[in-house]
Amino acid sequence: MFDIERWQEIFDTIRKNKLRTFLTGLSVASGIFILVILLGFGQGMRNGIQAEFEADATNRIWVWTQVTTKEHKGLNPGRFVVMNNENYDYLTTKYNKELEYKSSIFRIRGGLINYKKESGNYGIQGVSPDYQFIENQKMEEGRFLNYRDLEEVNKVVVISTKVKNELFKEEDPIDKILQLSGINFKIVGVYSDEGGEREENRVFVPITTAQRVFNGGNRVANLSFTMQPEENFEKAVQASNKFSAELETYLKQFHTVAPDDNGAVHVFNALDEAKRYYTLVDNIKLFFWFVGICTIIAGVVGVSNIMLIIVKERTREIGIRKALGAKPWPIIGMILQESVFVTAFSGFGGLIFSMGLLELLGPNIEVDYIVNPSVNFQVAMTTVFVLIFAGAVAGFFPAWRAARIKPIVALRDE
Amino acid sequence: MIEIKNLHKSYKMGSNSLHVLKGIDFSVKEGELVAIMGSSGSGKSTLLNILGMLDEADSGDYHLDKVEIRNLNETKAANYRNKFLGFVFQSFNLINYKTAMENVALPLYYQKVGRKERQRKALKYLEQVGLKEWAGHLPSELSGGQKQRVAIARAMAAEPKVLLADEPTGALDSKTSYEVMDLIQQINDQGNTILVVTHEPDIAHMCKRIVHLRDGVIEKDEKVEQVRASAYV
Repeated sequence: MFDIERWQEIFDTIRKNKLRTFLTGLSVASGIFILVILLGFGQGMRNGIQAEFEADATNRIWVWTQVTTKEHKGLNPGRFVVMNNENYDYLTTKYNKELEYKSSIFRIRGGLINYKKESGNYGIQGVSPDYQFIENQKMEEGRFLNYRDLEEVNKVVVISTKVKNELFKEEDPIDKILQLSGINFKIVGVYSDEGGEREENRVFVPITTAQRVFNGGNRVANLSFTMQPEENFEKAVQASNKFSAELETYLKQFHTVAPDDNGAVHVFNALDEAKRYYTLVDNIKLFFWFVGICTIIAGVVGVSNIMLIIVKERTREIGIRKALGAKPWPIIGMILQESVFVTAFSGFGGLIFSMGLLELLGPNIEVDYIVNPSVNFQVAMTTVFVLIFAGAVAGFFPAWRAARIKPIVALRDE
Repeated sequence: MIEIKNLHKSYKMGSNSLHVLKGIDFSVKEGELVAIMGSSGSGKSTLLNILGMLDEADSGDYHLDKVEIRNLNETKAANYRNKFLGFVFQSFNLINYKTAMENVALPLYYQKVGRKERQRKALKYLEQVGLKEWAGHLPSELSGGQKQRVAIARAMAAEPKVLLADEPTGALDSKTSYEVMDLIQQINDQGNTILVVTHEPDIAHMCKRIVHLRDGVIEKDEKVEQVRASAYV
C-alpha cells in the first residue's frame, strides 16, 4: 500500500489510459452526485413542510359540536349539543399542566358593526386573551384583550387591520367607540393575521362580555387549546392525541352522548394532521432513498462492468508481466489498488462537488415546500465507501482469475 | 545449464488428448546458442514454454542451473522466471502503453530495482540494441525490427541465465531478421546462453547447434558451423 514504486507504476498506468480512467471515474462520480442531490432535496422537502407548519401554532386543538346521531340513555338523536363554561373550566383546571394556551369562543351571528356612518358585517367572537397566541395574531396597534377585561366584563373590542381599513380609513381607531349590534364597545387594539382576508374578518371581545351582552348565558361555541411544547415531535403527537381523546370522552359523558356517536362532538387535532404530512414526507424521503439506492446500484454495476472490461483488456499485459517475473498477488494488488484509487478519488470528487452545490445553491432555492436542501455527511460518506468496496470486489474476481491463469494462455489472449 | 530427461507433455483436445512431447532428453551448456527446429506441430514451442516455465510438463526431470524445476506454484515460477530467464516472443509482447524504455525497465521493477537504477539500466540495454534515441517512443511508433530489438533489450535487462526466443524473426522480413540474429549472436558472444526456436533453416544456421524436433521426439542434434549474420546486414 505504501510502496512508492507501485504507486509510480499505478500513476504511469493511469496517465497512459486517460479515457478508461476518466470513464470509470465519471460513472462513480455521477452516481454519488445524483444520490447526494436526491437526498438533499428529500431533506429540503421535509424542511419545507416543517417551515410551512411552523407558521401556525401546529399543536392546536379545536373543538366544535353538532347534533347527536344516536339514541343514548333514552335521549333521541338529533339533539344539538351545546358546550358551556363549566366544560371549559373543568378542562382548563384538570389539564392545567398540559395546556399552554386556552380559550373558549362564543360567536355572535350576523354581527353588524357601525362606526359613525360606516358599517359592515363581521364575525364577532368572544374569546380569552390567550386566543391571540392560538391564532398567531400580531398586534399592529394597541393591545389584545387581557384578563382584567375578562374579570371586569369590559366592553372593549380588538379589530383587524381589514376592519380598520374599511371603517376608519385613515383615522386612528384606538379608544374610538364602535357599535357592535347596536352596543358600544371601546377599541383597544388592531391585529393582523397572516392567514389573510378571511381570518381578518373578525373582531374580538372578552368572552364574559359577549356572553352577558349578547344573551349567551354560559354557552360556548368552541374550545381551543394549544399543548405545552414537548421534547420531540413524536412525544408532542402522543400528548395531543391523549388529550384529544380524553377531552372527547369527557364531553360525550357530560352531554350524555353515546361514546360511539361521531356526529355530536368534533375534535380537530392539528398536530395529528401535521403528522400525516410528516408521514407523507417520510414516504417521499423513502422514495428518494429508493431512487438513490437504485442509482448507486447502477453505479456499482457500471463500475463492476468497467473493471471487468479493464481486466479482460489487460489479460495479455498480465501474461507479459508474469513472463517477466511478476507474482500473482502483486498483479491483483496493482489492479485493485488502481481501481480503488480511481473510484475513491472520483467518488470523493462527486461528493465534494454535489455537497458544494447544495451548500451554495441550497439556501437560495425559493420553491414552495423546499427549504434549504442538505444531506447528512455520514450517509454520503458511507455510500462512497460502498461504491469503492463494490468496485474493488467487482475488480477482484477477474483480476484473480487473470493472475492465476498460466502465462502462456494469457499471452495467447488477443 | 539446462538438463532435461524423458520429458512428456500432452494436451487435452476435447475428448482425445494430443501427445506433443514424447520423451525429450536434452541438455544445454553455458554459453551455447541452440536452435530448435521443426515444422509446425513438432512440439518446439511447447518445449520452449516448458523450459521457460510458462507451461508445465506432465512428467520428466528439468534442472535449470542445477535447480530442480518441479511442482511450481505461480509465485515460485514467477521468481525463477525473473531470476533465470529472459523471453523474446514472435509477437514481441511489448506493453503498448509503455515507452520502449519503460518496457525494458519492467523486469527490473519485478526484481525490486529502484527507479533511477531501472532507467539507467534500461537505457544501457537500449543502447546495446541501438535504440537509445527511441527510448521515449511507444511500441506503436516503432517498426517490427525495432520492436523485437526492444523486446531483446527487455529480455537482457533482467540479466538472465538463459535467453529463450520463440520465433524471434517469425514476424520480420529477412533483412530485419538478420539484424535481429546479429544482435542475438552478439549477446551470445558475451557468454549468454540462448535458445532460439525457429522453422527457418537460414536462421537456424546462424546458431552453433541445431536440435531437430519431429513429432515430439528429437530427430537430430548437430553442431553446425555458425554463419555470422553480420555478413548479410
